[in-house]
Amino acid sequence: MHMADALISPAVGGTMWAATAGLTVYSAKKLKAEADEHLVPLMGVLGAFVFAAQMLNFTIPATGSSGHLGGGMILAILLGPYAGFLVMASVLTIQALFFADGGLLALGCNIFNLGFFPCFIAYPFIYKKIAGDQPTRGRILLGAMTSAIIGLQLGAFGVVLETLFSGISELPFASFVLLMQPIHLAIGIVEGLITAAVVSFVWKVHPETLTLAKASASAPGHSHKPLLVGLALFALAAGGMLSWFASTHPDGLEWSIKAVSGKEELEASKAGVHGVLASLQEKLSFLPDYDFKKPVGEKEVKADEDKEGKAGEEKSWPEVSAGKSLAGVLGAALTLLLAGAIGFGLRRYYAR
Amino acid sequence: MGNLESALFNIGYLETLAYQQTPLHRLDPRVKLLTTLVFIVAVVSFGKYEITGLLPFVIYPVVLIAVGNLPPGYLAKKVLLAAPFAFFIGIFNPLLDRAVLVHLGPLAISGGWVSFASIMLRFTLTVSAGFILIAGTGLNAVCLALDRLGAPRSFVLQLLFLYRYIFVLTDEALRLARARALRSFQGRGMGFKVFTYMIGQLLLRTLDRARRIHLAMLSRGFDGEIHLLRPLHLHGRDVVFFLGWSGLFALMRWYNLSDQLGRLVTELFQ
Repeated sequence: MHMADALISPAVGGTMWAATAGLTVYSAKKLKAEADEHLVPLMGVLGAFVFAAQMLNFTIPATGSSGHLGGGMILAILLGPYAGFLVMASVLTIQALFFADGGLLALGCNIFNLGFFPCFIAYPFIYKKIAGDQPTRGRILLGAMTSAIIGLQLGAFGVVLETLFSGISELPFASFVLLMQPIHLAIGIVEGLITAAVVSFVWKVHPETLTLAKASASAPGHSHKPLLVGLALFALAAGGMLSWFASTHPDGLEWSIKAVSGKEELEASKAGVHGVLASLQEKLSFLPDYDFKKPVGEKEVKADEDKEGKAGEEKSWPEVSAGKSLAGVLGAALTLLLAGAIGFGLRRYYAR
Repeated sequence: MGNLESALFNIGYLETLAYQQTPLHRLDPRVKLLTTLVFIVAVVSFGKYEITGLLPFVIYPVVLIAVGNLPPGYLAKKVLLAAPFAFFIGIFNPLLDRAVLVHLGPLAISGGWVSFASIMLRFTLTVSAGFILIAGTGLNAVCLALDRLGAPRSFVLQLLFLYRYIFVLTDEALRLARARALRSFQGRGMGFKVFTYMIGQLLLRTLDRARRIHLAMLSRGFDGEIHLLRPLHLHGRDVVFFLGWSGLFALMRWYNLSDQLGRLVTELFQ
C-alpha cells in the first residue's frame, strides 16, 4: 500500500520528490561509473520479476490471510544498492502510472520509503555486514531477516512522518505509529523469510549472481560516505524525535535571569536598532522557539500565564509536537548544509 | 490467477488507447507531463476542509477525456479500483475529528466528514489525471519526455525495459501458476515452500531470458537511444496548452469559482 496524492501536501511531496530525484541522479551516476553494460537489461527483467512476483499471493498459515513480496531487499542483494534503487523506482513508477497504486506527487515519497531504506540503509549497513562476504545459509537468513525488518520499519515510519507533516489526515502521530509499526514488523518478518529463501536458492543454483552485486558496489577504498550518512541520520533522528525530550524547564541562562529579574527573558527596547532587528527576526523566523508559529491570541495568553508564574498546567513532557520535530529536522539539515558548505569552501581555499 | 491476467489486460488496454490520433495525442508529451504535475500540485495544495474550491478542477479531466476520445466508464472503474488506498486512511478522519463544522439545514456535519470528502475528491482528481496522462500519451512518449526533461538516461531506459518485460514475465508467471493449479487439483492456497520454489524458478528463468534479450537487442543495433515515430518538436499549440491550463489552475486555486458562480446565480434570482 503506497501513499496516495490525496493525503499529501505540496510541501512534503515536493521535498520528497527533490530528495528522490537527487538519489536517482546519484544512483545513475554511480551505475554508469562502475557497473558493466549487461546489468541494464538484467535490471529491467528483475524489475518485471518483482512486479510479477508481487501479484503472487501466498496464504500465511493459521491466519487465513495472504501476503506478497515487497522486493526491495532482493533487488538490493542481487543488483547492488544503486541498480536496486533505480529498479525499485521504476517498478513504483509503473505501478503509479498504470494502477494508481500511489499518486504521482506522492511517487517521490513512495520511492524514498520503499527504495532508499532497503537499498541505501538496510543493505549496506545490515545485510552486507552480516552476509556480504561469506554467504552461508544461516547468515543469509539472519541478514535478510534483519535488513528486511529494519528496512520496512524505517519505511513505515517515513510514511507516518510524511502523512503527519502534510496535515490532511487527522490521524494523530502516536496512534498512527502504533498502527503502522507492528503491522510492518509482521510484514517485514515474512519479507525477510521470502528474501532469505530466494537468495539462498539463487546462491545454491547460480552463485555468480550474488557476486554481481559485489562487483557493482563501491570499491572498498577509504570512503567517508558511511560516516557522513550515519551522522546525517543521527542528526535527523535527534532533530526529529529527541527534540521532544528536550526539557521544558528554562535553560541555565533563562533560569538565572528569572531568579534575578522574575522573568525568563529580558525585554529589549522596542525602539532603535533593537526594535528593527526584533521585528525582522519575528518576520523571518518560521519556527519561533523551535515550534510552529502560534496564532496571535494564543501568544498573548501564554505571556500572561508566564507572568503569573505558571499558575496553569505544566507543559507536558515529552513535548511531542510536529512543529518541534519539523524544527529539529530542518535545523539539523540546515546546520549540516552550512557545515558542509563551510567545509567545502575551506577546502577550495586551501587547495590553491 | 485472475490478478495477473487482469493486470496484463489493464496495461495492454491503456497502451492501445495511447495509439489513437486525436488532438490530445498529438501534443508534445513533455507539455502533457508538466501540465499534469501542475494540476496535481494545485489540487493537493488546498486546505484540508476545501470542497467547493476543488470542484472546478473537474474540468481538466473532463475536457481531456472528451478531446482524447478516452472511455470515461473504463477510467472511472480504474479510479474506483484504486480508491481503497485513500479510503482506508481517509476514513479515520470522521472518527477522529468530530467537531461540528457546518450545518446543512437540520444536519450537523462534523469536520471529519468534510475532510474525508475532500480527500476522496482530491484522490479522484489526481488519479484520473494520472490515467489520462498514460492513456493520452503512452509510456514510450512519457519516457522520452522524462529523458528530455533531464531524468537520468539509465532510469528512463530501465522504465522502458521494465514495461517491455512485464508482459513477458507475467506471461511466465501465469504459466507457472496455471501449471501448479492443474497439477494440484486446484488445491486451495499455496504453501510457503512451494511458493519459494516457484519464485526461485521464476527468478532463474528471468535471468536466462535477460541475457538472451540483451544479446538480441545488441545484435539489432540497440545503442541506448529511445526512438519514437513522431519526433519531438515544441509547437505553438503545446505552449498555449501548458500556459492556458496552468493559468486556469492558478485562477481556480485563488478564486473559488463554484462559490462565485453560486453567488452570481442567487443574485440573479433576487
